[in-house]
Amino acid sequence: MTWMEQADTCSCVLLRLGERRFALAADQVAELAAPSRIFRFAHRTPDIEGVILRRGRVVPVCDISEKLTGKRLGQRRFYLIATCRRENSFDWIALPVSGECELIRADLTPAGAADSPHVSGWLSHNGEVIELLNLQALTPVASPGTPPQLAAASPREDHA
Amino acid sequence: MRLAAPQKVHPARTEQIILFRASTQVFAISSASVQEVRSVDSLSGVAIEVSEPSLPKVRHLLRRGERNLYVVNAALHFGLRPSPAALIFLLRKSRVALLVDGIEKMATMSRLQALPGAFCHEERTWYRGLTVLDQNVIPVVSPSGFLTAEELSLLDALSGSRSLQESTGVAGAELTA
Repeated sequence: MTWMEQADTCSCVLLRLGERRFALAADQVAELAAPSRIFRFAHRTPDIEGVILRRGRVVPVCDISEKLTGKRLGQRRFYLIATCRRENSFDWIALPVSGECELIRADLTPAGAADSPHVSGWLSHNGEVIELLNLQALTPVASPGTPPQLAAASPREDHA
Repeated sequence: MRLAAPQKVHPARTEQIILFRASTQVFAISSASVQEVRSVDSLSGVAIEVSEPSLPKVRHLLRRGERNLYVVNAALHFGLRPSPAALIFLLRKSRVALLVDGIEKMATMSRLQALPGAFCHEERTWYRGLTVLDQNVIPVVSPSGFLTAEELSLLDALSGSRSLQESTGVAGAELTA
């Protein structure tokens, strides 16, 4: 099979983390939001900084920059609000990004066995090869052994 | 002409909550799960010291009839810096008493949002969920999340062996954070 036969075209959002650019499948992106107040409360999940409020929804903030570039993001210009499908749930997550984002259509090559778990494919755009991110591998997720959330019946309970 | 039957309006379900402070943070607990609020001073003479190295958040117990209530320091439970506690919440249908810094206010919660799935450690047992009050996100604690059954058994075993010693000694200790 040739490279051209493997390639497919997909809609993606290009995001900037420091000096590097990455891509996220467009259907995983809900919106680009201006930085807003982060609410912090006690918890033990290392990758989550806190939560922001977006249209009445509580959205956890996860800086994926350190995992991808080795550095925490210095300047935050926006939050890219993404959705992340888990086995039993559908999570929203706010990813701090350091620059404008761009919607593109580009040729996609699926990730190979040797690629990192956070890479779900490769894009070719303007002569640059860009990683298409697999958010499930970059953001924390409850393991099967994690105790279920304890919840009472009232008042109205909404599930993320 | 027949008028359509008026639709029944179901009032939104709400829940009274107590906002309390532990260390630098504010938490909420359902007021229905708090049986009694006492000052630390009022219980200082009757608290009995316990020391289990694996449970530094529990340093005292209170005897209530045949039962022991274990005093959990809320700041230590949530991994926060210890701070001077002033109040104790005796929880309803629970063997936990919660040592907190103070009450911020009472409020009404109309919506409890599930803790997002990205939070995946102990906080899933700590909290029932999150609520938004006055544009602030407040975690709503789970009364059953302070001590596990195993931890209660461990403390019971410890306090059982202590009670034999106390029958010849002096009970009562200053209740401190």
